[in-house]
Amino acid sequence: MARRENPEINAGSMADIAFLLLIFFLVTTTMNVDSGVSKKLSEKPPADYVPPVIKEKNIFEVNINRNNELLVEGERMDVKDIRDAAVKFIDNGGGLGKPNEDGTPGESCDYCEGERSDSSSDHPNKAIISVQSDRGTEYGTYIKVQNELLRAYTVLRNRLCMKRYNMSFDELEESYKDNKSNAALKKKVEDIKTAYPQIISDAEPTS
Amino acid sequence: MSKFRKKKKGMPAVNTAALPDIVFMLLFFFMVTTTMRETDLRIENPRLPSASEVKKLEHKSLVCTIYVGKSKDPSKHGVGYNKIQLNDKISSAEQVPAFIINARSKVSEAEVPFMTTSIKADKESNVGTITDIRLKLRDANALKISYSASKGAGN
Repeated sequence: MARRENPEINAGSMADIAFLLLIFFLVTTTMNVDSGVSKKLSEKPPADYVPPVIKEKNIFEVNINRNNELLVEGERMDVKDIRDAAVKFIDNGGGLGKPNEDGTPGESCDYCEGERSDSSSDHPNKAIISVQSDRGTEYGTYIKVQNELLRAYTVLRNRLCMKRYNMSFDELEESYKDNKSNAALKKKVEDIKTAYPQIISDAEPTS
Repeated sequence: MSKFRKKKKGMPAVNTAALPDIVFMLLFFFMVTTTMRETDLRIENPRLPSASEVKKLEHKSLVCTIYVGKSKDPSKHGVGYNKIQLNDKISSAEQVPAFIINARSKVSEAEVPFMTTSIKADKESNVGTITDIRLKLRDANALKISYSASKGAGN
């Protein structure tokens, strides 16, 4: 028998195998990180809890009916207009803010740029947005409204942050996230957050 | 001049020896970044609403997900977009506290306050269902929730 050369293994199909695996992982991969509108629920009130009396003018009432129509402060409105209305309401600054923790009376809002009308909110930290929806309301509409309301706060926070620290609030939060131990940044974030606290409450839905 | 006769030139073959390396590199990239879906959906994949003010959910291990949407098997579970899926089966809002307590038992005590419940609901679900879930979550003291939404213009 003739002596044979040691034949080389044909590696040509190696690429095919690798491609096959590659395509499998390409199909099954999901890169998207979960994201969503985050919300903090209020704690369950004790049985004998008496809700505090809140002045009518400090509540921004949003109603969504089962046909996904909006009623804002007694007027029909489109979803796209609700943000401006909310900004106007929060930023009104018509009176004194909440009393401080040490009991001294609250100050009037010196950073608000609103109309300072008597019939709208006193101070951003008193302004409450109340969303009441119907049980039959579509979830998509509900999220849209929540999103617009959050956007109103973002607009205001960005504006104030621009004025005070010369950067938008998003940038500030971003840099704080990268550097959590930075006390100065933390103070800035807290400062803006207390200036415009997000107070959105969900009223019990109508059925 | 026969010394300088033109050499016969064919098209040289492209060397494909490095091709598997390239492909393997891609393969490893996708292998590392891939995450398999851990629960199979009993409802149809919910069409998430889009929103602009979204926050990313961090710490995947501390997130438990509740799905709301249309059942894949209407003859068994009924029609409508208000079916709630916990773990691997369609349940009702009544079972939410048990689901949360079960999820809590899997993480350490110190991390419980950071647990977030992500609600993945279809656009056409009703707010009433979400409210039911929310009330149960409040009973179970799971106060951090996130309405899952895809990042978009929000309109």
